[in-house]
Amino acid sequence: MTSSVTSINPAQARRTRIAYGIVLLAVGLFIYLIFGLSTQTGLQTTYGINLVGSRAVSVPDLVVPTQLTINLMAGIAVFVGAFQLARGVKSTGALVGVIALTFVVAFLTWAAQGKSFNLTGMISSSLVRATPIALAALCGVISERSAVINIGIEGIMLIAAQAAVVAASISNNLYIGLIVALLAGGLIAAAHAYLVIRFKVDQVVSGVAINIFGAGLTSFLSSRFLEKNTDVLNNSGVFPTISIPILDRIPILGPMFFENNIIIYLMMILVVVMHITLFYTPWGLRTRAVGEHPKAADTLGINVYWVRYVNVILGGMIAGLGGAYFTIGSVGRFDEIMTAGKGFIGLAAMIFGKWTPIGAFASSLIFGFADSLQVKLQILRVPIPSEFLLMAPYIVTMIILTGVVGRAIPPAADGQPYEK
Amino acid sequence: MTDTTKSKPKAPEGIGGGSWREALRVPALAVLTGLILGAIAIVASGSNVFAAYGALFVGSFGDPVRFFNGFQQLFTTGETAGLLRAIYPFTESLVTATPYIFAGLSVALGFRCGLFNIGAEGQFFIGALCSAFVGYSIKGLPAIIHLPLAVLAGAAGGALWGMIPGYLKARFGAHEVVNTIMMNWIAFKLSDWLLNGPMKASGFRPVTPNVEHTAELPRFFPDPIRLNWGFILALVVAYALYWFLFKTTLGFEIRSVGANPDAAKYAGMNIVRNFVLVMAMAGGLAGMAGAAQVLGVDHWVGQGFSAGYGFDAIALALLGKSHPAGVVFAALLFGFLRSGATRMQSIAGVPIDIISIIQGLVIIFIAAPDIIRWLYRLKSVKVEQTVLTRGWGS
Repeated sequence: MTSSVTSINPAQARRTRIAYGIVLLAVGLFIYLIFGLSTQTGLQTTYGINLVGSRAVSVPDLVVPTQLTINLMAGIAVFVGAFQLARGVKSTGALVGVIALTFVVAFLTWAAQGKSFNLTGMISSSLVRATPIALAALCGVISERSAVINIGIEGIMLIAAQAAVVAASISNNLYIGLIVALLAGGLIAAAHAYLVIRFKVDQVVSGVAINIFGAGLTSFLSSRFLEKNTDVLNNSGVFPTISIPILDRIPILGPMFFENNIIIYLMMILVVVMHITLFYTPWGLRTRAVGEHPKAADTLGINVYWVRYVNVILGGMIAGLGGAYFTIGSVGRFDEIMTAGKGFIGLAAMIFGKWTPIGAFASSLIFGFADSLQVKLQILRVPIPSEFLLMAPYIVTMIILTGVVGRAIPPAADGQPYEK
Repeated sequence: MTDTTKSKPKAPEGIGGGSWREALRVPALAVLTGLILGAIAIVASGSNVFAAYGALFVGSFGDPVRFFNGFQQLFTTGETAGLLRAIYPFTESLVTATPYIFAGLSVALGFRCGLFNIGAEGQFFIGALCSAFVGYSIKGLPAIIHLPLAVLAGAAGGALWGMIPGYLKARFGAHEVVNTIMMNWIAFKLSDWLLNGPMKASGFRPVTPNVEHTAELPRFFPDPIRLNWGFILALVVAYALYWFLFKTTLGFEIRSVGANPDAAKYAGMNIVRNFVLVMAMAGGLAGMAGAAQVLGVDHWVGQGFSAGYGFDAIALALLGKSHPAGVVFAALLFGFLRSGATRMQSIAGVPIDIISIIQGLVIIFIAAPDIIRWLYRLKSVKVEQTVLTRGWGS
C-alpha cells in the first residue's frame, strides 16, 4: 500500500500546493474575522516574561496592541498563502510553521486581550509536561529502530512509577527509587523482548498484554497495600529543582531549560546522546541495519537477536525513567492509572518525529505546549468550554499526522520477527 | 491431509486449521495457567486463595445450595422466588458479557482486515450517548419503532467515530492506532462536555436523563435480574458477522486485504473502500456495545461509562483468535470472571484488579502457545496462524 500514496506525480504535487495556499488564506481570513473583528481597538495584551521565584534576569514585559497584532498575523498568513498559490514555497515545514505560529499568536493575543499572560510560565511548563511524553517516545524510537514495536510503554511506565515511589519511600532515598524504576522498566521490557524474539509473539499483542497486566498489577498492589500504608509506602517526596549557575539567568530560556529536576535534565541529555549514538556510532549503524534489513545485517556478522535485546531493554529503562517522573519527579505519590495515556501520546510523538530522537523530542514539545496552553486558557476564562480546549492536543495530533507529516515511514522490518 | 485427521471434527473456518480439540486446547490451558498464577499472586498478597476463588465461582455461576433449594421450593410450592435468586449471579455474568461480545467483535473484525482498532472505548461511549439521546429525547413513539431507532443511533454514532480514523488511514495513510487512541480522548472530553451541559439531566450529577421505557431492551425476568434481549442480539450479530466474513464476497475481500494487501490490490480489490468500510463496521459494533449497555442495563449514561472496555475488547479478539465464535466464548469467560470478581472483592477482600493481571497473563499465553506447549509437554503441532496485526499498518 505504501507505493500507492508515496509516489508523487506532478498533478498531485500541484494539488497539494494549491491546498496549502488555500489553507493559509483561510487561516488568515479566520484570524481576521473571528479574532480581529471581535476585539476592541485600544486594548492591549501583556505577555509576562518574568516568572515569580525564578533566578532569571528581570526584563520588561512584552506589551502589544491586541487588534493590530491579530491583524498583522492575519496579514502574514494571507501574504504567505498568496505567495504559495502564485509561486510555491519549497519547504512544507515552513508552511506548517507559518500556519501554526500565526494561529497560535493570534489566538493567544485574542484570548488575553486586556489581560496579562505569562509567556515564560507557559513555555517552561510545556517542557515539564513534555517530559514523560518525550521519554515514552525515546523508548519507542530506540526499540523500533531495531524493529521491535513496544506498545506496552504505558504499562511499563505505570509499573516503574509505582516501583519508584515504593522504593524511594521505604529507603528514604529518591535515587534508589530512580534506580529501581530503571530496573523495573528494563525487566518488563526484557520480558517483552524475550516473548517477541524467542517465542515470536505478535509484538503489538505482547505490548497490549503488558498494558493490561501493568494496569492490573499496579492497581492491585495499590488497593491491597499502598492505600493502607500511605506514609510508609507511598510518600516519597520529589526531586528538588536544580538550577544551573549563570545559564539560569537567561530570560525565558533560563527558567525553561536550566531550572528543572534531574529527570528533565536526563531526558534532554538522552535526546542528544541517543541522536549521536544512533547516527554516528557503529552501534547505531548496527541497530538501524537490524531494523531495516535484518538478513543483510546477519550476513555481515551482526547478532540480530543480541542487538534487539539490548535496544528493547534500554528502551524499557528509558520508559522506566518516564514512569519515575510521574511519581518521584512530580507529585511524590502513586495514583491508579496516573499515566493517563501519555505512553500512547509518546508513540504518536515518535511517529510524528519520524523515528528520530530529535524529531520525537520536538513533537513531544508540541504536545506539552498544547497541554499547558489549555491549562493557561482555563485560567484566562476564555469563552470556550474547557472540554474543547482539553481536546486540542488530540485534535492537533490527528491533523498533523494526517495532513502535514503525511505517511511516516517506519523502519522497514518494524514489527517482524527475525528467523535465521 | 491423512485419513486419521479427516475423521476428527473440523474447526470452523478461520479458526486456524486443525480440529476443534486442537483449537480449544491452548486457550483452555492458558486460562488455567492464568488462574494458577493469579492464585499465587493472591497467596503472596496474604489472602486465602480458596475463599477468593470460591467467591469468584459463586459470584459468577451462583451458589449450588441456593440452586438446590430454589428447585426444591419450585417443586414443592410452585414459588419461583428462590430459584430466581439463585440464578441471579449467572444472569449477571451474561449481562456483563453482552457488551464484551459486541466490543470484541469490533476489534476482531478490524484484525481480519489488518486494522488495529484501539478505539473501541471511544466508539462505545459515543454509541451509548447517541442511543441515550434518541432514547430520552423522543417521546411517544411505540417501542417497535423507538427501540430499533435507539439501537441504530448507537451503531451509527460508533460507526462515525470509527469511520474517521478509517478514512484518514485509507486516504492519507495516517496510522489508525494513533488516531483511534486520539479519537478515544476526544470522545471522553466531548462526553464530559455533553454530560455537564446539553445532555445533563436535572440534578447535580453529570448524567443523562433516563431513556423512555419504549427504548429499553426488554428484560426476561422480574427485577433485579437484568438479563435482556441485548444478549440475544449480541449472539445474532456474532452469527451475522461470521456469515458476512466467511460466506460473502465482501467478507472474502476483507480477509484478503487483511492477509495480504498487496495481493488483494493486485487482484483488483479496492483497499481504500475496504478500510473505510471495516472501520465503520467495527465502530458500529462497538457503538452497539454501548447501545446494549445503556438500553438494556443502565438506562442512563454517566462519566467513565466506557472504562476499560476498549482494552478488554482487544484481549477478547486475541483470545477468540479474531473468530466470531471464539470472541463469544472469550466474552463469556470475561463476563464470568469480571462479574465474579466483584463478589471476590467484597467477600474475600481481593481487589478486583487481580482479574486484569490474569487477563494479561492469559493473553501472553494465548499469543505464545509455545510456552503452554512447553509447560504441559504438548506435542508441537503446525497451526496456521491468523495475521493479527501489521505493526504500524504500512
